[in-house]
Amino acid sequence: MNLKAETGRDIRRKIYNKLALGMISVLGALAIMPMILIFVYILIEGIPALSLDFFLENPKPLGESGGGMANAIVGTVILVALSCLIGLPVGLGAGIFMAEYSYTKTSKLLRFTSDILTSVPSIIVGLFAYAVVVKPLKAYSAWAGGFALAVIMIPILARTTEEILKLIPHHIREAGLALGIPRWRVTMRIVFAGSFAGILTGIILSVARIAGETAPLLFTAFGNNFGFRGLGQPTASLPVQIYNYALSPYKEWHDQAWAASFILLVMVFIVNLLTRVVFKDQRGES
Amino acid sequence: MSEPKALLKIRDINAWFGDKHVLKGPSLDAYENEVLALIGPSGCGKSTFIRTINRLHEEVPGARVSGTIEFDGENIYDPGVDVVNVRKKIGMVFQKPNPFPGMSIFDNVSAGLRLQGIRRRSKLSEIVESSLKKAALWDEVKDQLNKPGVGLSGGQQQRLCLARTLAVDPPVILMDEPTSALDPISTAKIEELIMELKADYTVVIVTHNMQQAARISNKTAFFLLGEVIEHDKTSRLFTNPSDKRTEEYITGRFG
Ligand SMILES: Nc1ncnc2c1ncn2[C@@H]1O[C@H](COP(=O)(O)OP(=O)(O)OP(=O)(O)O)[C@@H](O)[C@H]1O
Ligand SMILES: [Mg+2]
Repeated sequence: MNLKAETGRDIRRKIYNKLALGMISVLGALAIMPMILIFVYILIEGIPALSLDFFLENPKPLGESGGGMANAIVGTVILVALSCLIGLPVGLGAGIFMAEYSYTKTSKLLRFTSDILTSVPSIIVGLFAYAVVVKPLKAYSAWAGGFALAVIMIPILARTTEEILKLIPHHIREAGLALGIPRWRVTMRIVFAGSFAGILTGIILSVARIAGETAPLLFTAFGNNFGFRGLGQPTASLPVQIYNYALSPYKEWHDQAWAASFILLVMVFIVNLLTRVVFKDQRGES
Repeated sequence: MSEPKALLKIRDINAWFGDKHVLKGPSLDAYENEVLALIGPSGCGKSTFIRTINRLHEEVPGARVSGTIEFDGENIYDPGVDVVNVRKKIGMVFQKPNPFPGMSIFDNVSAGLRLQGIRRRSKLSEIVESSLKKAALWDEVKDQLNKPGVGLSGGQQQRLCLARTLAVDPPVILMDEPTSALDPISTAKIEELIMELKADYTVVIVTHNMQQAARISNKTAFFLLGEVIEHDKTSRLFTNPSDKRTEEYITGRFG
């Protein structure tokens, strides 16, 4: 017996192994590089532009210096809250339905439309919201923006919810039914509650996704420079404000756009962090 | 002495998965305070059969049942019957231990009651304790009722599932190979429990282990290709079977 790597084949295999590993490492590094670069760049450009005014002031009229993006920060929170109000029940409901009544025609249809809807460009979702909300109400509004974001959120949330609920094995559902628990309670209190941590992650991811959307808000929520004036009024948002400021020719606005990018990133980051905390809590106590 | 009462009268059960005709009219009685063992080769329909007794079979998409099962004089397949009420009376322990994920030991055992709408904490605590004691798990878990049920060992999980079923207090308990995923010591514990349960419950148990059937059951039914070939006192069926096919099976010549 000789177990040492001595033959030509053994050595060749080792070399290939090293080569493959090396290549994968390089590719992996390339993949994370943009993320790190974006982060660092936004930190460098964004932090110096931050000030208390940035959070507390609305934009100043053209020509005056100073001002902030309080309008956009509040607007984004409102838009995300609105889209959750519409999107969470519908998205979660559709996901639960697809998971629990998997073989029905309705489920197949839901799955098909969700998949199509996920791949529709977000600007088209914006156009759709324009046609069904803005035009009939004859106004840009937070409602329209929230609706557009919800349309983006729903299929993502529905599909992730479905996948997560399907991780609960079928025999767990049967065990619930066999105890004389009504079907919908088995669904809600055993299957849904049992995958709560996963569901929450799905919700957070979809919120993080829509929080940064620009295109669907351009002609729905539109934007304003004076702060929140009601759900039926044009509403500012960070992405749209960044978009407008970045396209402007003014250095000061560019700086504010960087600051806004930084804040948007931090908001998404905090939301992500929150899931982790909740996730840990849930695992810890149960 | 009063006559033993037939708690379950199962008549002419036919069951299908889609077009596949799996049960071809078996009939059986199960008496109070009796352990009835179902044996037979793999795929002969034992699981399907006991799943018709708590109406779980019909939950499978495309599955169908015909025939009657009288529980305490009432046909559970009557159109007006609510399956939820059937399952409260006829409990089930599965082959694989399946505690509810994300629920503590306490919540697992009380799940049936809680989700049927019973809220009173003192009542729940009382039933959780007595059920865990009946399932011989209390001493092992009494200090960790808030820990997750899925954190227990396989054998403990199966006793947890038994406790969960007992908490609802169904007169009939169905068991589908409850020990086939367990080690010998856990198996012995569960067998001991089943023999104790006989005092208060009717137990219908599917098993592939003929020694187990011989040890714990009063009656045994031998299934073959969706039919009951022979149903008799366990002692007689194993020592002096009246059907040639039963004899061949229990002597290990096929299956
Ligand atoms: N979900 C299903 N869909 C279609 N056919 C099924 C399904 N479940 C079981 N069957 C078929 O029904 C027949 C009886 O199955 P069943 O599980 O009742 O047998 P069993 O006696 O319990 O077998 P085992 O001893 O292996 O558990 C088998 O032929 C099986 O292939
Ligand atoms: Mg089986």
